[in-house]
Amino acid sequence: MEYAIHENIYDLIVVGGGHAGCEAACSAARLGAKTLLVSMNINLFAAMSCNPAIGGIAKGQIVREIDALGGMTGIVADKSMIQFRMLNRSKGAAVWSPRSQNDKYRFSAEWKQILTNTPNLDLREDCVTDLIIQEGKVTGVKTKLGIAITAQAVILTNGTFLNGRIHVGEINFSGGRIGELAAFDLTENLQKIGFVSERLKTGTPVRIDGRTIDFDKMEEQKGDAEGGGFSFANIQHPLAPKSCWITYTNPTVHNILRKGFDASPLFQGRIKGVGPRYCPSIEDKIERFADKEQHQLFLEPESETGIEYYLNGFSSSLPENIQLEALHHIKGLEKAKIIKPGYAIEYDYFPPTQLKRSLETKLIQNLYFAGQINGTTGYEEAACQGLMAGINAVRKLKGLEALTLQRNEAYIGVLIDDLTTKGVDEPYRMFTSRAEHRILLRQDNADLRLSDIGFQIGLLGEERYKAFQKKRRDIEILQNYLQTTSVEPEETNPVLATIPSSPIQQKCKIAQLLLRPEIQLSGLVPNLPVLKSFVETSAFEKAVLEEVEILLKYQNYIEKEKETANKMQQLENIRLNPDFDYFSISSLSTEARQKLSRIKPATLGQASRISGVSPSDIAVLMVLLGR
Amino acid sequence: MEQDCICAPATAAGGALGVIRISGKGTKEIVSQIFTPKKASFPLQDRKVCFGEITAKGECLDEVLLWLFSAPHSYTGEEMAEISCHGSPYIQQQMLELLIQKGCRMARPGEFTQRAFLNGKMDLSQAEAVADLIASDTKASHQLAFSQLRGGYAQELESLRAELIRLVSLLELELDFSEEDVEFADRRQLMELVSTLSGKVGQLIRSFQMGNALKRGVPVAIIGRPNAGKSTLLNTLLQDDRAIVSPIPGTTRDTIEECMTIDGITFRFIDTAGLRKSDDPVESLGFARSIKAAQEAQIILFIRDISVPFDQHALDDIAFVTDQCDMKEKHLLVVHNRCDLPHETTPPGIIISAKEKTGVDKLKQSIAAVVQADMKKSDGVLLTNVRHYEALQHVLAALRQMQTGLETGITPDLLSIDARDAIRHLGEITGEVTNEDVLSAIFSKFCIGK
Repeated sequence: MEYAIHENIYDLIVVGGGHAGCEAACSAARLGAKTLLVSMNINLFAAMSCNPAIGGIAKGQIVREIDALGGMTGIVADKSMIQFRMLNRSKGAAVWSPRSQNDKYRFSAEWKQILTNTPNLDLREDCVTDLIIQEGKVTGVKTKLGIAITAQAVILTNGTFLNGRIHVGEINFSGGRIGELAAFDLTENLQKIGFVSERLKTGTPVRIDGRTIDFDKMEEQKGDAEGGGFSFANIQHPLAPKSCWITYTNPTVHNILRKGFDASPLFQGRIKGVGPRYCPSIEDKIERFADKEQHQLFLEPESETGIEYYLNGFSSSLPENIQLEALHHIKGLEKAKIIKPGYAIEYDYFPPTQLKRSLETKLIQNLYFAGQINGTTGYEEAACQGLMAGINAVRKLKGLEALTLQRNEAYIGVLIDDLTTKGVDEPYRMFTSRAEHRILLRQDNADLRLSDIGFQIGLLGEERYKAFQKKRRDIEILQNYLQTTSVEPEETNPVLATIPSSPIQQKCKIAQLLLRPEIQLSGLVPNLPVLKSFVETSAFEKAVLEEVEILLKYQNYIEKEKETANKMQQLENIRLNPDFDYFSISSLSTEARQKLSRIKPATLGQASRISGVSPSDIAVLMVLLGR
Repeated sequence: MEQDCICAPATAAGGALGVIRISGKGTKEIVSQIFTPKKASFPLQDRKVCFGEITAKGECLDEVLLWLFSAPHSYTGEEMAEISCHGSPYIQQQMLELLIQKGCRMARPGEFTQRAFLNGKMDLSQAEAVADLIASDTKASHQLAFSQLRGGYAQELESLRAELIRLVSLLELELDFSEEDVEFADRRQLMELVSTLSGKVGQLIRSFQMGNALKRGVPVAIIGRPNAGKSTLLNTLLQDDRAIVSPIPGTTRDTIEECMTIDGITFRFIDTAGLRKSDDPVESLGFARSIKAAQEAQIILFIRDISVPFDQHALDDIAFVTDQCDMKEKHLLVVHNRCDLPHETTPPGIIISAKEKTGVDKLKQSIAAVVQADMKKSDGVLLTNVRHYEALQHVLAALRQMQTGLETGITPDLLSIDARDAIRHLGEITGEVTNEDVLSAIFSKFCIGK
């Protein structure tokens, strides 16, 4: 095929306009790269193909990290939210997790507005089918419309579109999302170059017409009364709040669903890809946990004013008539009408051990992969990879060192390290338990952890950074004040009695009082005159008080964790040459030689996390490679 | 890189002398806490040998020679010390435990040499040799890791690991899946689990501390009929008159213990009252103690008079003892004494004359050989035990911290820090527990996912 050539226009091409692609294109353009974003549908950026929600446990932390680095997902989520909740409030600050329900159309529209207002960024509606490679380096893309566009770097964020195949009962057809075309040829062309691809599966539940739902029969779940948001900048939340609704399945529903097992693409083996264990379909749940008589379901509104409701917990690829019959036996859904049935989708992904920690491929220079193409799942996981790929592609073009976040620095660091070191065998979702140093990676301190970096690399604006610096100073001032200011029993004990907390015998530091679990800073401020006047004259914002409280209450654990993290970090500072010939070292175990050669770890720390590489292999490497 | 203090025996077990090596920042301070020079006027000097005592809890553990080295003038290039002590595994083990109490940790295989390389004390060709050494060392110790654990330890640790994963998965479930429709463990349940676990770990620690025969000497019970020459044998072995020897049967009414070292192994010989039913309350008490000694011993020396025919009665005597003992972990040696007296046959077993001191060397060899064979089965017991002991101490400390946390009602994110700590330290013995193990435990037991 003859291609028309568009030359020397772009530094960078981002393929795909999902959550990863939008962050990648936006950050790259803002960092000064002339960027082209190619998407099959430029009216649907950052689509919420599954839940109409952002954040959640561990994911909310990622959104805050993206925001602290200067990415956009947090801001877009704030502008389109119709409900906010801080999850895990009762579990301790290390796992507090912001989550929002969003108007998915508004979410997409806000992204489009941001993209179209970003200088250096062009949009093109087309489908990339092949890459142009010269001497091991990517130099452009070829499209379905017969255009070859050159660029110095390419980021692939194809999501579930590569050879996507949709299953509903015995029906299956190709597609990237229901109603949208799949992308062909690119996988095969990448395989020709030498990339390995595999199949994964994911699924999504039925969308129901809200006009046919009897909400009176369900439990209502409202957002937090005090509100909240993702971005550290003060973003308005213009949309009206909406509730979610809770209902349950029952044995009758389970029996109806079982009738459809014979036609289930999952149970009949038509689906070959591996699905996520933590997001099983309803048929999986009733099969594996047969003794459970009911499963909880959430109805989530998909927009502020629209009629579609997402039935969380009812992901399925059973035939549509079975889904419908089952729905009609669920409380509140007796008359439900289906707008879109639940379906499963299989798609190609590229095992992410083929990537460096910058998300550049090891095989082809200046080619980056981000998002679901790397075997992850979730908007947040995708968005942060897009952001990092965008940052690193531009840094490479500018001759700067790649930005790698450490595991003790950010969930983003944990995510990318897990992907590139261990690979995935099911769609990868973030959990707080994946982080060794969970207590350091809190949602409240994402700005303290990452704003300096965001500013240095040039993504976090001057104004935001100044506000951050003030916040950081205020935190220090207040923390110092509480640690050095003593209060007398006479003034304090009446306050303590109201909490109630046992009286103090002699004067003590305010910070000392805060170590008691029952005492909150917010409870002391209005009642201790000396503290009250200090806080009022200093005009600390609420986030400062919250941060200081956490820092003081958790101080011992934070210190201990930092110490452990620093010890582990020592190995992280020892770099390994990616071209090292591990097969030449006979002292290494065979498995270690194979794995090290394949994964080519960047540091000794990364090497130590590869399964099959033992502590003795690390000792051998340490000795042989020196430091 | 700032390096913590490590210690390990630098010499193989079983010699007459042993050297314990300590390296890392703070070595001198740690050593000076346990070492008292013989002459107070003798200040500790670099690379000058100093004679003194290692003391534990006010008691002298051993008289030793000590060398101190300042960085970088040492084998490892770090601050370092070498303690030359007596070869008894008991003494060395005590000394290592003492050092660990004071802040050292056990060195990993090849770690001294590794540090030497990292501090530029070796060239690359030497280093390559070291790398091979580490690899083979570690391979060997990996293979041994479980065989080293005597009795049911391996199983105990496996179940401990499984329980810990369960504990952590319960906590993680609460943290990562609080929005799910699953029931979380209530605090009482967690508390029970933690206290069961710390009970188990405590038991293991105690069994390392007390059950390890090497520490107090391998117990050898000398059992036999009255006047078979048990006390004479003990005296001969010890070459002094510790036990009262008299021709009147039943002179030894209590049990008498004495330690001696054969081939670098310390043995604790227990002389017992004779096996004879008696109406004398004192003597029958002694009889009960004899059986108890046999039960606790690792080796039973069954002493008999060779001049008495080795017939069914004799076998019944032996069976009487063995029936009351768990012989799985024990060895029984039949010793025919009094070969100086006329005797008709040459029965199977060891033939000696305690009085004439004939055959005693052969008896000593046999005793040592039995234990050496045991030690071979669990090669490096000394080293691993201390390492496991150390790891289990950490596990216990973490569990105790959890108990306190549960009592004061701290949040689960903090509880899980201690729980993970426990798992990490157990992982030093049983192999690493990954986050993936914990997630798998959760996914297999709970219906997660919306």
